[in-house]
Amino acid sequence: MKILVCITHVPDTTTKIKFINNNTQLDTNGVQFITGPYDDYALSRAVELKEQFGAKLTVLNVGTAETEPTIRKALALGADDAIRIDAEPTDAYLVAEQIAHVCKQNNYDLIMMGRESIDFNGGQVHGIVGEMLGIPSVSPVMKLDIEGNVAKMAREIEGGKEYLEATLPLVVGCQEPIAEWKIANMRGIMSARTKPLQVIAPVNPQELTKSLSFELPPAKGACKMIPADEAEKLIELLRTEAKVL
Amino acid sequence: MSVLIFVETTEGKAKPSSLEAVAYGAKVAEMLGTSAVALVLGEAQELEKLGNYGASKVLHAADSRLNVGVIQAYANAISQAVEKENANVLILAKSSLADTVAARVAGKLKAGLASNVVELPDLSDGFVVKRSIYTGKAFAKTAINSEKKILAIKKNIYPFTPTDAQASVETFTPTLSDADFSVRVINTEKASGTLSLPEADIVVSGGRGLKGPENWGIIEELAQVLGAATGCSKPVSDLHWRPHHEHVGQTGVKVSPNLYIAVGISGAIQHLAGVNSSKCIVVINSDPEAPFFQAADYGIVGDAFQVVPKLIAAAKQQ
Repeated sequence: MKILVCITHVPDTTTKIKFINNNTQLDTNGVQFITGPYDDYALSRAVELKEQFGAKLTVLNVGTAETEPTIRKALALGADDAIRIDAEPTDAYLVAEQIAHVCKQNNYDLIMMGRESIDFNGGQVHGIVGEMLGIPSVSPVMKLDIEGNVAKMAREIEGGKEYLEATLPLVVGCQEPIAEWKIANMRGIMSARTKPLQVIAPVNPQELTKSLSFELPPAKGACKMIPADEAEKLIELLRTEAKVL
Repeated sequence: MSVLIFVETTEGKAKPSSLEAVAYGAKVAEMLGTSAVALVLGEAQELEKLGNYGASKVLHAADSRLNVGVIQAYANAISQAVEKENANVLILAKSSLADTVAARVAGKLKAGLASNVVELPDLSDGFVVKRSIYTGKAFAKTAINSEKKILAIKKNIYPFTPTDAQASVETFTPTLSDADFSVRVINTEKASGTLSLPEADIVVSGGRGLKGPENWGIIEELAQVLGAATGCSKPVSDLHWRPHHEHVGQTGVKVSPNLYIAVGISGAIQHLAGVNSSKCIVVINSDPEAPFFQAADYGIVGDAFQVVPKLIAAAKQQ
């Protein structure tokens, strides 16, 4: 079995977002970059499947050279090799086209990634890749088991779960609790340094969307405090002042 | 030319978020000088009523295989409807199904897709949408440059008033093959009788401050009195006090209700990311230093077990 896990390189979830250059660029000063949390779930489950089936596990990132520490972390967790496609991931279609191009040359049985990146939250890439390869895609997947060439999955839906089966090859967008997050051990970290990381040039990069500028939400007004022994007054305020009841 | 709106149904009825999408789509159609066509997949009733929200026509594929949301089949049917109606804009209300279907349609039609759209598009220079990014911490103005455009809109972003207008209903028969149904839906597990969290106008959430799952009665009762859905913080779902589909936050469900009431939740930045587009936020916490108060409109410092029953009693009095 061959598994590909696609990861994003995104600001840590606790980052205070700010923009520079006339609000056209993220201020990365002091920002710590991490593997997308949803991608981490995909990677953790892929490592478990690798251990179960002796699969070959490749990790892929579409990004510039500064994402390499994030890619090395994925290698430390148990990926066998890595591919970096040297392009700015500015548009979902562009990213999907790069991934699909690599997939066409490698015949992966399972292509995994997070349900969405936590920077642009598009949640598109798995679906577009599935369409480009003419294979099914399922997201958001919270449970994934492989039996023979069949994937047995649970997908989160509003208020519950949907249980699905699909024949491989397959693209899955993952979320918790598909696996426990893994932490690399010292042996993994040492071996990651020498695992192959191939850098390839993008093919036919074309953007269908372009972000022109960014803005922050308006500042919140002061919080109106209500004494606990007059808590019932809150209901009145929600009815007459906020008009939300 | 037209604007096509995909209307998602549950048990044959349009979801409230999809009605908002129809109203939004009708406005976009008006801005473009064209008409709004709604698309319904699977067996459904009262479709002419989608006219109340601005659809002039409804395409209906009453194929029982589409009664459950099969991702590939839905994407194929929607793409065929886009072609049939020569639609240049497709609009969907965000949901677990719509998000993943929209992505495949984008791939199929080579259409630029903007997700989490929060306003009407700006047509003064191209086609520019405002969308929520960084899980609600910021917005981007994004130009969609492809000929066909897809917008997945957030809930509660477009106020509308239904009219008495009726839509004409037209039978639509997409060409679907076995391959479109190759992912098999084996079973669906759904909490019955409770309000869907992402669809709810009011959400009452509980956190670790409630001390244990046995204390959720006051959360459920307040929710019931207010007609609200119940949610929870990540630690609560991690501890299995509540099911995962109730987890509100950065890696859980993102909500944008009119009213969000947080009880015993301190307000970690990851939780705020899931609720910061709520119109009004109420925080009840025994710790006056809880960071959530800074993001709240109304706050009560106090013991949840004393405060919440008072709220229930007050809400019961009309």
